[in-house]
Amino acid sequence: MKRALAAFVGGGVFGAGLLISQMTNPSKVIGFLDFFGHWDPSLALVMASALLVTFIGYRFVLGKPEPLLDTEFHLPEAKDVDGRLIGGAAMFGIGWGLSGLCPGPALASATFAGTDITYFLLGMIGSIILFRFLNRT
Amino acid sequence: MNSFTPISSLIGGALIGLSAVWLMASSGRIAGISGILGGMFSPSSDKDDKTWRFVFLFGLIAVPLLMVLIRPDLDIVRFKLTGWPLIIAGAFVGVGTQFGRGCTSGHGICGNARLSKRSIIATLTFMVAGILTVFVAKYIGLYL
Repeated sequence: MKRALAAFVGGGVFGAGLLISQMTNPSKVIGFLDFFGHWDPSLALVMASALLVTFIGYRFVLGKPEPLLDTEFHLPEAKDVDGRLIGGAAMFGIGWGLSGLCPGPALASATFAGTDITYFLLGMIGSIILFRFLNRT
Repeated sequence: MNSFTPISSLIGGALIGLSAVWLMASSGRIAGISGILGGMFSPSSDKDDKTWRFVFLFGLIAVPLLMVLIRPDLDIVRFKLTGWPLIIAGAFVGVGTQFGRGCTSGHGICGNARLSKRSIIATLTFMVAGILTVFVAKYIGLYL
């Protein structure tokens, strides 16, 4: 129960941040990626601000023996840079550039961004379900 | 045409950072949206695991909805690519983030904050890919 509540707060604050920073607006995101055109640096500030807060916050949090509501920190174990990482990130970047949407903002705007967001979510969630199904072990 | 919005960007970014720190401090979890979403459909995920993922995503969707209901001026959404081609763009994002094990949040914020080599490489890769894609999409007239 406590863990669910903590997750709700986390998701809610995350969503509020995405909306306030206008990352839920595809043309704003494309304006940032339009580096060789009318570049809008706003998103660089979103990332810098988020990164700074997380960098400082993690210094304190990850120094503790365990999180408040769990017995261990669940950190990624992979260390190697491989083709899957680079190929996957490149694929993601192409979809991000085409649409102006990444997973967080796409979900955060799911209820108010019209039929276009439905198309995008159909492709994104459908492909994730298929991927996980094919990669089940 | 978008204008530079430094104040709302800094505030929004700080909230995203706070959420990431909170999720790590409380549950020991990386606030990576593609990972949280993908894990919901992982066969190894038990009921407890699915619950926190679902509730996180519920908050991610519900709070912005509440906010635009209270403040309709926050509802600024302009698509540059519309209709069914967005299914393809969505599939690129879906498959790409599962292969690359992260997106703008998991790699771009959480992973880079841990100075993970994988995340730094992934972030540079999707940034360059995104910038090149926008350059080409504009050139061939794909956008509205």
